[in-house]
This record gives sequence, C-alpha cells and structure tokens, in this order.
Amino acid sequence: MKTRRQFIKISTAGVGAAALGLQALNMTGANLFPDQFSGDPVSDEDLTPYPTYCEVCFWKCAAWSYVDKKGKIRKVVGNANDPNSNGRLCPRGTGGIGMYYDEDRLKTPLIRETKKDGTHYFRKASWDEALGLVASKMKEIKEKYGPEAFGYFNHGNPGTHLEHLMRAYGSETNAEPAYAQCRGPRSAAYYATYGAYIGSPENTDIRDTRCLVLIGSHIGENMHNTQVQEMSMAIDQKATIITVDPRFSTPAAKSKYWLPIKPATDIALLMAWIHVLIYEELYNKDFVKKYTFGFDQLKKHVKNMTPEWAYGITTISPDLIRRTAREMAGHAPSVVIHPGRHVVWYGDDTQRERAMAILTALLGAWGKRGSLYLPEAKHLPHFPQPKYPEPKWMWKDVNEGKYPLATMGITTEIIKASIPRYKNKHQVKAWFSAGTNLPLSMPDKRLFQEAVQSIEFFAVMDTMPMEVTGYADVVLPEATYLERYDLLRSAQGRYPSIALRMPSVKPKYDSKPGWWIMKQIGERLGLHDYYNYNDYSEVIDWQLKQVGSSLDEMKKIGVKKFERETGPLYLAHNEDFTFNTNTGKVELYSTEFQEAGFDPMPVYTPHPEPPQSHYRLIYGRSPMHTFSRTQNNHYLWDLQKQNSVWVHPSVASLWSLKQGDKVWLKNQDDAVTDFPVEVRVTERIRWDSVYMVHGFGHSDKHLSRAYGRGASDEKMITHYAMDPIMGGTGMRINFVTFLKDNPNKKKEDKA
Amino acid sequence: MRYAMAIDTNKCVGCADCVVACQTENLVPHGFSRDWIVEKVDGTYPNLDMAFQSERCNHCENAPCVRCCPTGSSHIAEGGIVLVTHDECIGCGACIESCPYDARYVHPDGYVDKCTFCIHRVDKGENPACVDVCPTYCLHFGDLDDPNSDVSKALKDRNWYVLAPEAGTKPQLYFLR
Repeated sequence: MKTRRQFIKISTAGVGAAALGLQALNMTGANLFPDQFSGDPVSDEDLTPYPTYCEVCFWKCAAWSYVDKKGKIRKVVGNANDPNSNGRLCPRGTGGIGMYYDEDRLKTPLIRETKKDGTHYFRKASWDEALGLVASKMKEIKEKYGPEAFGYFNHGNPGTHLEHLMRAYGSETNAEPAYAQCRGPRSAAYYATYGAYIGSPENTDIRDTRCLVLIGSHIGENMHNTQVQEMSMAIDQKATIITVDPRFSTPAAKSKYWLPIKPATDIALLMAWIHVLIYEELYNKDFVKKYTFGFDQLKKHVKNMTPEWAYGITTISPDLIRRTAREMAGHAPSVVIHPGRHVVWYGDDTQRERAMAILTALLGAWGKRGSLYLPEAKHLPHFPQPKYPEPKWMWKDVNEGKYPLATMGITTEIIKASIPRYKNKHQVKAWFSAGTNLPLSMPDKRLFQEAVQSIEFFAVMDTMPMEVTGYADVVLPEATYLERYDLLRSAQGRYPSIALRMPSVKPKYDSKPGWWIMKQIGERLGLHDYYNYNDYSEVIDWQLKQVGSSLDEMKKIGVKKFERETGPLYLAHNEDFTFNTNTGKVELYSTEFQEAGFDPMPVYTPHPEPPQSHYRLIYGRSPMHTFSRTQNNHYLWDLQKQNSVWVHPSVASLWSLKQGDKVWLKNQDDAVTDFPVEVRVTERIRWDSVYMVHGFGHSDKHLSRAYGRGASDEKMITHYAMDPIMGGTGMRINFVTFLKDNPNKKKEDKA
Repeated sequence: MRYAMAIDTNKCVGCADCVVACQTENLVPHGFSRDWIVEKVDGTYPNLDMAFQSERCNHCENAPCVRCCPTGSSHIAEGGIVLVTHDECIGCGACIESCPYDARYVHPDGYVDKCTFCIHRVDKGENPACVDVCPTYCLHFGDLDDPNSDVSKALKDRNWYVLAPEAGTKPQLYFLR
C-alpha cells in the first residue's frame, strides 16, 4: 500500500569521523576532532561562565556553561547555589555539551516533498517558507474543522512554548507522554489520598530519613540528581534502605533488605504490609486518628491480606514481609515510601500508588522530618497577554467519558481520535509536536503509524533528527539549551528557587530558539497580542522584576532562592491541618474513587503470566542516558553505546545463551526487534523476567552513532493495559522470547 | 606532601559522571578516557553483593611506568602525581605495557596520556574535576600528610583496599569498603 506519509531519513553531510572507532583513531594517529579538543586544560578563571539550567532531563539542574576565549563551550558545571544540583550535575548534564556539538543536529528547516516516482524527501527551506507553511496549514485546519482539530504533543520547555502558541490559536487538544506514559497514576493516587500532588522534583525528604523504601524505583540508575545525592547522604547516616524489585538494582545493592518480588504483584505486598501494621498495631495511631478517614473500613478490607496470603502471590516470604513492615514502623514517621516516577506498569497503577499513599499515612510519614516534606515553589506572574480563547472541545472530550480522573491529555486517546475508524466524536486532523520523540515514548507503534497516515499535516520542532521528525511535513530545527533564552525555571523544593537559562553561544547552523519559532508562527496567525515583545529576554526581565530580581542580577547569579511563605517544612506536633479532599482528611478510603465507581481501597488483581518460553519484559533507566533522546550524544554514547538484555543464568543455560551472544527478541504478538541485542547473563534478575534499558535500538540512519545499536523495548511493547481511573498505559505486560537467527534477514530473503 | 584519592564503593552508583567530567575538563578526545567504572557482582540470586569502583591512574609511589620510560617524559611531580610531559613523549607505549592498572592510552596526537589528578586545578587549591562533580560524594581527594584533608578524614575510620597490591607499586587510590 502506498503510504501518504513515508518515513524520511534525514541524511547527514560529511563528517565521517563519527563512524570511525577507537582503533581507527589510534591507527591514524591524527586527532580527528581538532577544534573541540585542541588546547590545554585551563583554569576556570580563564573561562567565562554563563548561567543555564540543564535540558538533558526534566530535573532542570541549574549550571554554568563555561566558554573559552575563542568562544568555544568547554564544559557545563552545576551551580553550587542550586538546590536541584548542589553544584553537581549528573553524567548526562556534564555531557550536555554533546547536544550542542552533535554534528547530526537538525541544521535547517525542512519541508516534505514528493518525487515523480512517489518517494518522499526533505527539501531544505528558509525559515520564512517553513514558518509560513505551518501558519497557512494552521489557518486551513481552523477554517475546515476548527482549531481544536489541531492536536499537539508537548514535553518540557519546547513543549511549553508550543502550548502557548496552540492555546492562543484555540486548541487544548494535547497530551504529553510525561502523564499517561509516566507519572499520571501517581498524580491521581496522591491527589485522591492527600488532596495534593507529588510534584517535581519529588518532595521526598531522603536526606533526613531513617528508612527509604523503593518500590520499583531505582535511584542511581535514574539520575534524578537531588535524590541520588540524598540517597548517598542517607547511606552516610546509616539509614535503612528497603528495595522491592525483580532485579538486583543499584539501590538494591545498597539496601538492608532486597525483596525480589515476582513482577505484577506489588499491590499484594503493599496490602500485606498494611495488614501487618494494622493487626500488629504498629501504625501511627496519633496520625491516623487526627488526620485520616476510613481506617475502620481499611482494617476490615485487609483482614485476610496476610503475609501468608501475599507469599503465594509475590514469592516474598511471610517472615521477610513482617520484618520489613516492623522495620518501617520502627523508624516511623521518618520513612520515605518513594512514590516513584515512571509508574505505568500493569494498568492498575493508580491503585498501586494508592496503596503506597495509604502505607505512608499509616506510618504517619507525611509532613514530618525524613518523610514527605511540604514543598514550596515561587509563583512567577505571567507576562501580560489576553486570555486564551475557550476551545469548543479539548483533550478531555476526546476520552468520551472514560478515565474520569485524568487531569491531562492521554497520548493514545489523542492518537486514536486521529484515526477515522475509531469514530471518535472529535476528529483530530493535524499534529504539532515539540520536545517528545513520540514513536519511542508510547506503546503500540502501529497505532502511531496508522494515525500519522491519517492526519493532514504534521509539524515537528526538535534539536535532533529523531524517529518523530521522519514523519513530519515540516521540521523546525530548534537551538539547543546552551544557545537560547528560555522560560525561567521555578522549582519546588524545601524552599523556592528560580533559575535562568541564557545563551552562552550563538545558535549553531540555522537553528533558532523555541520561543522565536513559536512567536514567528503566532505573528503570522495574527496573534501578536500574545507575543508582545521582541526578544524573550524582555519576558524574563519583566517576570524577574515582579519577584524582586532582574535579568541583570540573574545573569550574575544564575539561581535565586526565596524564603518560604507557606510556613514550616514540616507539620508541628498535633497541628491542625485540613487536606484538600472531600472529607478534609487523608482518605484511606477514597470517597472520590467510590463516587467515580472505582475500588475505594486497593485490591490485588492477578495479571497475565508469560506464555511458555516467554519472559516478562521489564525496562528501566541507565544513568548515562535520558529516554530515547541522548543515545547519539557523543559523550554519552562513549559511556554506553547500546543496551543489553539481562538474562538469569538458568534461562541462559536453557537457551544455550552465552554472555555477549546476540539475539533478536520476539514478543507475544510476533513483533521482532529491528536489531540484535547482546545477552547479559547475570544473577541480578529473576528467571521469569528479562530486562532492558529503555531508549536504544534507534532505527534512523541519520543518528550516525545511535543507529542500530541495541534493541528498542518500545518495539516489544505492542500490548498495553489502560488504567480505567486516569488513562495510564501499563506497559510491563509484554512477554518476549529469544531468536538466535536474524528473523529480519529471512523476510528479506523470501522477498 | 602526598596526594591520594579515596573512593567510597558503598556510595558509588557507577554513573560514570567522573568519566565525562574528566573528558570535558581535560579535552580528552571522544573514544578515550582517563578514568572508568568497574562493576563487581558476587553471589547467586537472591544472595548478592555489588559494588562500583571509579578507577584511574593510581599515582603509584613505586611507578613502573616512570621506571621504564626511555625519555624521562613520565615522571613524578610534587605531591607524588605521576605525569607525562607530552613534548618529550615518543609514544613508544612501554609505560602502557608496564602499568598493572591499564591507566594509560595513546592520545591521537601521538603522546601517551593519563589522569593528572587535574594538576591545573589542584595547583590552585581545587579538587580534581571528577571529585567535584560526583553526585554521590564518593570521591575524596587531598594530601595524606595533612590529617585534616578530605582523603585523610575519609580513610581514618574505614576499612580500605588497594588494587593489585601484589605488583608492589604502592598505589595511591584507596577503595573504601
């Protein structure tokens, strides 16, 4: 079938150096990167620091970008006054300059064209032409279907600039994978329980805790900077760490207790812990009495959820369940039940998060030193602009009554609404995306591919050619974070802080700042009133002056801290406090869930087991990479070029697999990885599961380093379980088996 | 004066931030590094132990690389820091063969390169770049002759080991258990 939107591989011109390996470099004896690596190490005094905050992940650590006398960026170093980094970036932040230096970057605007033979290609275009085309398509969609039919996918700062444009234009038909593919269940669960969200960075008081409980969270593999630093401080203070993970993760190695749980059974463990706390009367009676609602119902609910009951489900011994529950109670309220971050696993994730929120309450581990502190962020007033127009319909209407407690758009639902056969009442006809590599950020790539063929227009803004850019009609090359002014960062934390991002060098190639790109489109749409400035630095300066600072001041200090205005970090003893829930209490029994027709208290439900010869695919993070966005960064690629598939020795023996063997993975739906992946035989994983780091296996040749390296877990995630409460897509319900011969080659031979 | 480093393997998460910080600080070309991470796993499921070691040149007191260097470019500078004078190095690789820690490599420009303990920073009273970047605060640097230095304090109440003690090199990286 002829496709309307062929995937276009953006070619990279010149610079063959990247393809050469270590040996080639040694043989030539010539430094092939003379510009970037010439010169000697110099003292910081000989460099000029420019304030920025990192964009390699969402933690947004404030930093200094050091530029030498020739105008080259030498290094990026954390800002010592920043509470997110404390002057120490993680490897991705330290390697962030690789984003700027990447020779595979998007260099000019590109427009999709069709040759006479029907094949598609990208033509280099001027900014004026590319922006004009996007604006004219937006006008066309608005006239034909209304602005609401222009859907968009956003993440991070680029996504915020896009969101401003789209809301001014009249669309709130959007989703960010950071919600339904990541944190969403946590938001719904903690809001239902405490009437407050767990924000970002999470308000976990790890620094001062006596007991850190990680349920599938792997601090140190994810480099959520402050938490990594604070876990280290907790280790110094000899805090107890309890890690629940089917894998012997990095924090598991630092734990007093590792509970190698059978995947998909976490709710049973959590309910058994709750049972022990209640029936051994170890719970915090003062906290429960003063602040909570529904204890009696909960007590009845968990009566039979004993450690013996949970043992048969979780494979964790009753003795270990009891000992760990008692250990937590012994340290209470100085316990952090870490709420996790990427929590879309099995489709009942909101209920698992609810169980964690309830456990937290029984320990009284909320609003107390060493538990979850009361965070505060600085409110930055909006630059003056007219009100956004009210759209006739928005993301919530696309859900057609499902997922009633969703608070943000659901990626898969917006995508389904773009496919006519789903007959959604609201049809999405065009897309804009910024800051998210959609096909590698969501389950079921076939859904994406069907939708992208159905829509009439697709514009993408990014710094790098990615899987998503290959499907665009117009590609808008954004300057990297080191080359642009951007939104002020207002981070929540123990005290409020703001951080400035300003350019330390001019944009490379013909790339432009995200704010500029969106403003240019807005101006062409007659939305000048929403862009009443010439340069984004004017917006920043105006905002800073509202909070008693200025651009001049921030250029010198980078980060500014403020006093708290909401009172102390912790609740005082027996302090009266009204929670923002229906009952004004911490809801052990959720009246909100009950009204919406969901279980008011979590219930363990069995999930499908792997079929014969298959293993559950679990995935996670590497400290050296972020999502699917960093694999081509030369510094980070040097640290980790590919992922591997972790296999228990007994499984390896069964399949005659050796360390370093290359296999293809095939899942229950016969999806096969594009590339082989190396086997890592390790005791660090259960025999019923295999593990891969997410984000590898890039299928685009224009990523000259990342292409074909490792396997994509996303390709194996064809199946997902929708969370009925908020629309999260549970993705750890896929099962894979091993193929030793190249299955893709067979197909080619037959053809 | 005796510069040394202590590495707390209980806290290291093996993120390799030390590697990148060194590369950007010292303009180490892509494909090479002066420091690296070793992951050590012991035991069988579910009774496992794991530790990470951030490794680099051990700045040995009895340095085989210095003894075998035919041009004298490999030398021991003040404070015991082992250095290579790039202009005098002919890239013969004898030092690379002699090093029990595999700490040296041939730079694309033809000379042998390795960790300098960031002497350009240490001379100004700063820490090496790897020490200052580490998000787990697991690296401690300083003068062993100064009881108040970070490294002396880190070693005071802890058990430690060194790598390849049988080689007799008197290495100056101390790994805290």
